[in-house]
Amino acid sequence: MENKIKMHLTCPMPKFDFDTINLGHGSGGILTHKLLNSGVFDILKNDLLNQKHDGAVFELDGKLAFSTDSYVVNPLFFPGGNIGELAINGTVNDLAMCGAMAKYLSLSFIIEEGLPMVTFWQILNSIKQCCIKANVQIVTGDTKVVEKGKGDKIFINTSGIGVLHKHANINLSSIQDNDIIILSGNIAEHGIAIMSQRVGLEFETDIISDTTNLNFTIQKLLEKYGEDIHFLRDATRGGLASVLNEIAKDGNFGVDIKQIDIPVNEQVNGACEMLGLDPLYVANEGVFVMVVKREIASNVLEFLNQDENGKNAKLIGFINNEHVGQVILQSNIGGRRLVNMLPGEQLPRIC
Amino acid sequence: MKYLSEYRDASVVNQYLEELDKITTRPWTIMEICGGQTHSLVKNGIIGLLPKHITMVHGPGCPVCVTPLHLIDKAVYLAEEKNVILCSYGDMLRVPGSKKSLLEAKANGADVRILYSPLEAVTLAKNNPDKQVVFFAVGFETTAPANALSVLHAQRENLKNYSILTSHVLVPPAMEALVNDDTNIVQGFLAAGHVCTIMGISEYYPIVELNKLPIVITGFEPVDLMQGIVMLIKQLENGEYKLENQYSRVVNSEGNKEAVNIINQVFEVCNRVWRGIGEIPKSGYEVKKELALYDANKKFNIQIDEAQECQDCIAGEILRGIKKPNQCPQFGKKCTPINPLGAPMVSSEGACAAYYHFTNVE
Repeated sequence: MENKIKMHLTCPMPKFDFDTINLGHGSGGILTHKLLNSGVFDILKNDLLNQKHDGAVFELDGKLAFSTDSYVVNPLFFPGGNIGELAINGTVNDLAMCGAMAKYLSLSFIIEEGLPMVTFWQILNSIKQCCIKANVQIVTGDTKVVEKGKGDKIFINTSGIGVLHKHANINLSSIQDNDIIILSGNIAEHGIAIMSQRVGLEFETDIISDTTNLNFTIQKLLEKYGEDIHFLRDATRGGLASVLNEIAKDGNFGVDIKQIDIPVNEQVNGACEMLGLDPLYVANEGVFVMVVKREIASNVLEFLNQDENGKNAKLIGFINNEHVGQVILQSNIGGRRLVNMLPGEQLPRIC
Repeated sequence: MKYLSEYRDASVVNQYLEELDKITTRPWTIMEICGGQTHSLVKNGIIGLLPKHITMVHGPGCPVCVTPLHLIDKAVYLAEEKNVILCSYGDMLRVPGSKKSLLEAKANGADVRILYSPLEAVTLAKNNPDKQVVFFAVGFETTAPANALSVLHAQRENLKNYSILTSHVLVPPAMEALVNDDTNIVQGFLAAGHVCTIMGISEYYPIVELNKLPIVITGFEPVDLMQGIVMLIKQLENGEYKLENQYSRVVNSEGNKEAVNIINQVFEVCNRVWRGIGEIPKSGYEVKKELALYDANKKFNIQIDEAQECQDCIAGEILRGIKKPNQCPQFGKKCTPINPLGAPMVSSEGACAAYYHFTNVE
């Protein structure tokens, strides 16, 4: 993927007294200050963060969106990204799906003692690169350290605030009978990239996570099609199937999709077959579902296909009033079946 | 995806559907044995496309579904032992035991690991010499070679801390039992292609001959299943009973001799209780006596009471094909994949879960 951030350690790691994070780095004392001042603040610096308040103080104009998310991915580094990139792109994208351009983020770490300083540094650098790419600033944050065994290396929480586009009216209640559903790209790549690295499951593949910021793509769409875009949601945890079920169940509509129109990379499909997983339920980090007015659907698709984040976009189905609360998929061979919510985690099959 | 896409071709499926329509003159009830076939039939929406007078009943070929409650309780018991790492294939984790599932035991702190291969468990045993590593070895003839191989590997490495908790089941004796049951309604079988890949096809001739019942060894893709159904209905309509092999691109008559050889080194045939069905003679594998060191059933002193099955669950009737999942009063009400009363609601190959996930199309 051409728009991936290349990891260069452009900011050399400052000399810390320790090779690993220890409980002292979360104590609020000298070690915490050292870590923050010569580390976090320096690398993420901006006017608001530099004020070193208990919180950030700023003004914003217009209707706002506010969102939060926590990141606990394992492994921390995976093909195509790391936990730091997810933490920025995830919250930026959640705001984008509300129709907002993310502006300021908070950033909190819960670190398990013993995390190598160099790992922390790499994550922090990725965070910085992602902030630059998405044009957002980290303006407040927190760092806590927990005892060995009480966490899993590092957990990150980000919250974000952004200003809504003036034509955005993204809401389940905006969806109309007969609207068209557009999927922005190949599904299941993030989940399979992660799975390929899990201990005990390692398999060789070229699949990389699709994590990326979608805010500029969404703003361009809103600028051009405004209120005719009725609904947006990124298909993260639970995959495409979960988003479609949310539309059907929470929006009180029927959803019809065609399997043949859902783009899945061949390698991803192969990995899913091997692992006994259904790609419809596998997580994505850079794919979104859009519900638009039928009359503009093909124009939106054409427009989206010009964008780096939408070049594989497809029209995958439509909204109806017939089987309210249900998502129905027409299989490649023409059979029809229900696509349900996932009960708990997808578990691999025996044979 | 070569060798796959051509077996998912809608136009070929349609040709078979048309043919089926032409040749079918009266109602037939046929059973697909394997849970993988059930899953594919339902997931691809094939059942809804079949002529109305062909009734598919779903066989007991889901290893998760037929593993006895008592054995799941044993696995939970072992997982909760301090010194034990219990390894399992993924879909065994959610199956309810009498008190809890392995997933609940894991949430309470038991060391339960999901693995794709028992050989990973052997490596785990090697890397954790102070722990006992137990692999929950369930499945049909298909998973038996890998499970047996893990025992041979452990033996070769001289590992004293590796064992398997077996509940292997065998397909042909179960087919016999189904046919000989007074309530049997099945007129022909789609036999499980992958089981025959390992074992060959010779075991099925006596079932065909003794019961005058056609069997077609069938694969798992939509075109495979449609072709298998057409072959079976043709035999039934012509009053024939033969063993036919639809899945000849994968199954040869001798099976996989090397795999069978490995099975025979480690396992011997035993009577086996099938959850929901009861005991079927000579329908399972257990670890040979001389390898008792690797048999968790013998190695550990597991003292737990035999638990009673949930009275509301009609898994037995489902697994024998007498009732369809949606004919169960609890289906989708008291019994869902989140709160399953019985095993067929758990595994993706279980008939109840397949119906719950993929049907209800109004």
